[in-house]
Amino acid sequence: MSTAAATAGERTGRAKPATMAQALGRALRDSMAEDPTVHVLGEDVGTLGGVFRVTDGLAKEFGDERCTDTPLAEAGILGAAVGMAMYGLRPVVEMQFDAFAYPAFEQLVSHVAKMRNRTGGAMPMPITVRVPYGGGIGGVEHHSDSSEAYYMATPGLHVVMPATVDDAYGLLRESIASDDPVVFLEPKRLYWSKADWSPDAPASVEPIGRAVVRRPGRSATLITYGPSLPVCLEAAEAATAEGWDLEVVDLRSLVPFDDETVAASVRRTGRAVVVHESSGFGGPGGEIAARVTERCFHHLEAPVLRVAGFDIPYPPPMQERHHLPGVDRVLDAVARLQWEAES
Amino acid sequence: MTVQELPGAAVYRPTPPPAWKPLTDPAPLLPDPEPFRVLGTDAAAGADPELLLRLYAELVRGRRYNAQATALTKQGRLAVYPSSTGQEACEIAAALVLEDRDWLFPSYRDTLAAVARGLDPVEALTLLRGDRHTGYDPREHRIAPLCTPLATQLPHAVGLAHAARLKGDDVVALAMVGDGGTSEGDFHEALNFAAVWRAPVVFLVQNNGFAISVPLAKQTAAPSLAHKAVGYGMPGRLVDGNDAAAMHQVLSEAVARARRGEGPTLVEAVTYRMDAHTNADDATRYRGDSEVETWRAHDPIKLLERELTGRGLLDEDGMSTVREGAERMAEGLREQMNADPVLDPMDLFAHVYEQQTGQLREQADRLRVELDAEHGPNDENDENGVGDGR
Ligand SMILES: Cc1ncc(C[n+]2csc(CCOP(=O)(O)OP(=O)(O)O)c2C)c(N)n1
Repeated sequence: MSTAAATAGERTGRAKPATMAQALGRALRDSMAEDPTVHVLGEDVGTLGGVFRVTDGLAKEFGDERCTDTPLAEAGILGAAVGMAMYGLRPVVEMQFDAFAYPAFEQLVSHVAKMRNRTGGAMPMPITVRVPYGGGIGGVEHHSDSSEAYYMATPGLHVVMPATVDDAYGLLRESIASDDPVVFLEPKRLYWSKADWSPDAPASVEPIGRAVVRRPGRSATLITYGPSLPVCLEAAEAATAEGWDLEVVDLRSLVPFDDETVAASVRRTGRAVVVHESSGFGGPGGEIAARVTERCFHHLEAPVLRVAGFDIPYPPPMQERHHLPGVDRVLDAVARLQWEAES
Repeated sequence: MTVQELPGAAVYRPTPPPAWKPLTDPAPLLPDPEPFRVLGTDAAAGADPELLLRLYAELVRGRRYNAQATALTKQGRLAVYPSSTGQEACEIAAALVLEDRDWLFPSYRDTLAAVARGLDPVEALTLLRGDRHTGYDPREHRIAPLCTPLATQLPHAVGLAHAARLKGDDVVALAMVGDGGTSEGDFHEALNFAAVWRAPVVFLVQNNGFAISVPLAKQTAAPSLAHKAVGYGMPGRLVDGNDAAAMHQVLSEAVARARRGEGPTLVEAVTYRMDAHTNADDATRYRGDSEVETWRAHDPIKLLERELTGRGLLDEDGMSTVREGAERMAEGLREQMNADPVLDPMDLFAHVYEQQTGQLREQADRLRVELDAEHGPNDENDENGVGDGR
């Protein structure tokens, strides 16, 4: 995979606060400016700039043939993107909300994910599917789903989720430059999170498929990604009061999965908690816990624990705080890492 | 409480709606109620003899191909084959109206169209034989992979045609779908996108009467499938799908229209599937012999034969020359299909991603060990213990 953002040069310009949504928009803009085959399409992405304004200004700058308001039909959008990719374009598709990507599932699973394989490598699908995902913004029904487990269960797709403003820019640049399809999950509740960031000289980023240690520590590893990263960082700070020195690993992508970084961390700390807001049963945490156990069994002082959302349909907004794993639940799990084997 | 009594009602002055008018005049879009025909009508006299002879030869070859492929299923050389016998005129016309630079988007039943477009007959069967999904490079032949999920190839055709037009290329996409497939959401979304984008696409519906066992009457309540076009703002054409000359003319016009930048057309070919859905299907459970016999009288090859012999363009000699050519094609197919395909199990991991993930590398290593144990690592012919399959 190329490292488009990494080659864009180290940051030199003056950093100012920027939101994740702005960084994403900037990544789209820079990709379109650099590569005339990059096309953005979706519902309301043109004149309106997307319901989260991520595509703001693109239609004005590049015209409505490069940034296209499509008819309201997710399968049609992604299906058309498949044909565009077959003809050498690099479509970036916006699904308006996580749960509204489901009508396009057939196209995603049967064609986007499989086209390279079924054509013996002759026909790659350089498509990026941007999905605003996850809860915590008080959205009504169907506006807060965590759908990563569906995508990661589909061979042929990359599943990527930024948790920082730098990664929002860098990972999206990487995804668009990738010759394989990427489901790019944008944590909605981090859209307005800010960081000092200079769009003129983007930071270099790790490529897709590498996890990074966001906070080094010695007594246990929190393994997380996307919207749960800030929760874990906060929990790690709070845990110091109890004498815990927690390491926080941000996966950044579920597919490919960075076994090495994760296993190295758990071997150092001997304990691990996986934290994510999607449901626990059949969720990413089970897969991650199994992989960690397979690789680190002799280093583990306690079972790998999971802190996840409940196994319920995403709750109504007035109840969502009960569902989303917060700092307390993470700390509670950390306390349970003082494992005493039952004799 | 009436509207007038509502608080604030006195200041509420709704602006009257502007006069409504439709975006498009539907009249020119409507299909003629009778399927368009050439053969057996006065129009046939104007048909180009050379084209008719070419169509005839391709039709006979196509039928022979269908028969040979079906026979190969009985010999266990082909896993499954959905025959298009009875529908050859649609298949052949679809292939012949396209230029080299155009694209064909076939469904799983349209092997014949792909072969008539120039695809190697064996490569066209890899999906159905079960050795590979797509045995050819779609870009090289400008034929999308034979598509099994119904109607999902239609939005691809729209996207490709749209992309070609954006690049300034003079390319048309022709997408094929069955009558059952028109009920799928992707059919609707593709037609709507194509019309809104004025994409250079021709949609060809082969209405062969059945979706496996389900007759058209249980598929739609529309007057015809061609009528569906009007709602999207594109013309619908109804054509006799067993009349090769009519099929060629209607599809050529639709392709020309798309090339001129006038947008998509929906063509419904009224035809009949003479064989069962596939070799594995029992058609007697859902249709009677008499219906099949009625259609036999309207056989696409017979219709064209009658025209050609009637005009003195074809005689017994000419027919047997064509039949011999078809026989040689069938022999070649038989021979090639009788050779066992050489497969490399390592190919399973080769094209999942551009670069193999660590996960897949580990799994490939595991399979390699299993294979070595099975074959012995120092197999004389192949150090990997398996054929290389390329
Ligand atoms: C999405 C989807 N649903 C179901 C099937 C199973 N199936 C295969 S062929 C077929 C009937 C298709 O009928 P039609 O579209 O009329 O095409 P024909 O077989 O007559 O060429 C069905 C239901 C499928 N391939 N794809």
